[in-house]
Amino acid sequence: MQKEMAYSFPDEVLKHVFSFIQSDKDRNAVSLVCKSWYEIERWCRRKVFIGNCYAVSPRMVIRRFPEVRSIELKGKPHFADFNLVPDGWGGYVLQWIAEMAGAYPWLGEIRLKRMVVTDESLELIAKSFKNFKVLVLFSCEGFSTDGLAAIAASCKNLRELDLRESEVDDLSGHWLAQFPETCTSLVSLNISCLGSDEVSFSALERLVDRCPNLRSLQLNRAVTLDKIANILRRAPQLVDFGTGNYAAELQPDVFSNLAGAFSSCKELKSLSGFWDVVPAYLPALYSICPRLTSLNLSYATIQSPDLIKLVSHCPRLQRLLVLDYVEDSGLEELASSCKDLQELRVFPSDPFGVEPNVSLTEQGLVAVSLGCPKLQSVLYFCRRMSNAALVTIAQNCPNLTRFRLCIIEPKTPDYLTLDPLDAGFGAIVEHCKDLRRLSLSGLLTDHVFEYIGTYGKKLEMLSVAFAGDSDLGLHHVLSGCESLRKLEIRDCPFGDKALLANAAKLETMRSLWMSSCAVSFGACKLLGQKMPKLNVEVIDETEPPDSRPESYPVDKLYIYKSVAGPRFDMPPFVWSMDEAVKILH
Amino acid sequence: MENSVAYEKATELRLGLPGIDEPAVLSSVKNNKRPLHDEKSGENGKSAQNETAPPSKAQIVGWPPVQSYRKNNFQQAKKSESECGGIYVKVSMDGAPYLRKIDLKVYKGYPELLQVLENMFKFTIGEYSEREGYKGSDYEPTYEDKDGDWMLVGDVPWEMFITSCKRLRIMKGSEARGLSCSGV
Repeated sequence: MQKEMAYSFPDEVLKHVFSFIQSDKDRNAVSLVCKSWYEIERWCRRKVFIGNCYAVSPRMVIRRFPEVRSIELKGKPHFADFNLVPDGWGGYVLQWIAEMAGAYPWLGEIRLKRMVVTDESLELIAKSFKNFKVLVLFSCEGFSTDGLAAIAASCKNLRELDLRESEVDDLSGHWLAQFPETCTSLVSLNISCLGSDEVSFSALERLVDRCPNLRSLQLNRAVTLDKIANILRRAPQLVDFGTGNYAAELQPDVFSNLAGAFSSCKELKSLSGFWDVVPAYLPALYSICPRLTSLNLSYATIQSPDLIKLVSHCPRLQRLLVLDYVEDSGLEELASSCKDLQELRVFPSDPFGVEPNVSLTEQGLVAVSLGCPKLQSVLYFCRRMSNAALVTIAQNCPNLTRFRLCIIEPKTPDYLTLDPLDAGFGAIVEHCKDLRRLSLSGLLTDHVFEYIGTYGKKLEMLSVAFAGDSDLGLHHVLSGCESLRKLEIRDCPFGDKALLANAAKLETMRSLWMSSCAVSFGACKLLGQKMPKLNVEVIDETEPPDSRPESYPVDKLYIYKSVAGPRFDMPPFVWSMDEAVKILH
Repeated sequence: MENSVAYEKATELRLGLPGIDEPAVLSSVKNNKRPLHDEKSGENGKSAQNETAPPSKAQIVGWPPVQSYRKNNFQQAKKSESECGGIYVKVSMDGAPYLRKIDLKVYKGYPELLQVLENMFKFTIGEYSEREGYKGSDYEPTYEDKDGDWMLVGDVPWEMFITSCKRLRIMKGSEARGLSCSGV
């Protein structure tokens, strides 16, 4: 019959075809075609990405995908970065490691973000996976150098060890020496998060010496400037380098040694680190500046004139992270020198100061939008903004995919007209049709959400703080943003109505976070009852939510879709609204 | 809008509507909603503005949204920034074959400095008194100040000393006695 023709390919052929399909979205689509494709696909899926570790259980993943070699997991909600998620909330990886240890002996790659990783987990990884190659712990915590020692000692073919932005308990500096002399496979090593004395420098030097494929190395702050030259001379093939400390008394021989070492790195394209910068040593970089595509100076407390000089040597720059010491003048220079710029992040040097300490305003960002036609991604902290500036930026940069603006004082209006900034952000979502991520700030009414709901069709992640007038605002977003996956809200007057009216929408999203809003306990319970595919969790550190009237607003609310049901590792201050779970602890 | 009585009750502890807050935002930087940062306020040198602000200020956790990782790193930066701007001065001792260098910023006061000098050059400094300088030893610690004058270590307050000291010299013998007896 005709129908059978479609399935006449042998499984091996289909498997081979599927092996060229890497993206999760495409793989998921393939698995929905028919039962046999589902079966074939699940047996040959090698890479799994789990955006919320509580959305599914380890057992379920293992059952469906028995031959996984690479896993990526994310734990805590994004607002954990800003201390809004209490310690002990969750995100433990141990259970995952334990189950995978038995099921995936060939697991080679583990990438974790915002998860709690203990030494026990690391030791388990070290002894369970014979072919372990890649460990990325991005913004994780809970482990010490003992755990790292276990990884270093056991993982004979380790290629990547990346601890970026993680919190590590410093117990001993000798873990690096645990890499056996036979380990020559390292391609990437990021230890920038380690505190002062956690690294044995001689062990590091020897490691770098024997790893000819090392492409990416990020040192920690304890490594002094005079040592950089030694490292670079051992690894001239580096593409991505993070310095430690970049400060020392200016000495001609140290300078020329450093400059020579940098110039010998012909492949170097990306630099970071730069803690404690002495500007006199920046010219040591000039020989490699013309090749630089990425520069992270976000810890460098150097002033605008020095930044201008440096940046003017980097015409190929695509990515710049910098402190607001760069000032409007520095950004104007950037706009005229760096025509390839795609990503700009400007961080506040004095976020809690009352008065501006630097001359950085909306003008800097406007200048960059004008001068850099390829700008796609913006993170900008400043103290004033205008609708006019935002409209200009939107018109200049229709290709923006990520726009995060933080006006430091909450509810700051347009400084020229004193209007809300609705029109400005409205222009952003209207003109930037590929916008995927947006963070709002300043004085905003429900109108901005109307614009976002109307135009933000590709918007996947939205962050909102101190904005809006009523539930209508939230309703616009939930009903209009078709691609919305992550929504995080704090200190907004959004209550029950919009949430309950758009409950079904929540099943299409990864997660919703709301803190210091106006959602009542009763509404949370209702959602928990009516929506079995959602986990509705109330967080309250002061008292149980049911010790107060149902109409009382909850402190923090985290709702996420899950096929695993309510989680079992909730701390006392997290309450599940699932009917099956007892609310009283 | 709809009946907002219950709604207002639910929101009475929350921030109000933007329209009401506007005057507070506009009047000056010091307004009701001015978030005090959740770190030690001593770090913020610009707290003068806060003196006249109303007492009921909201502490805003997690705002502005700077990652804790970045905050921690940067605070260390601010501290060690001054460390790297250390005050290095040469120290010579009569009769010693070579000079040393020390960072005056590292020490909290004279007793610590003198102890370090004693250890470094293996000698003993006598007892200091304002009237008679250092008694009980052949050595006396002196320094050259900004004006080019040679002064006895210990006469001026510590803070003044570390900003005016260009180099140190541990004098020996009669020259030393000359300085201390001169008095002021």
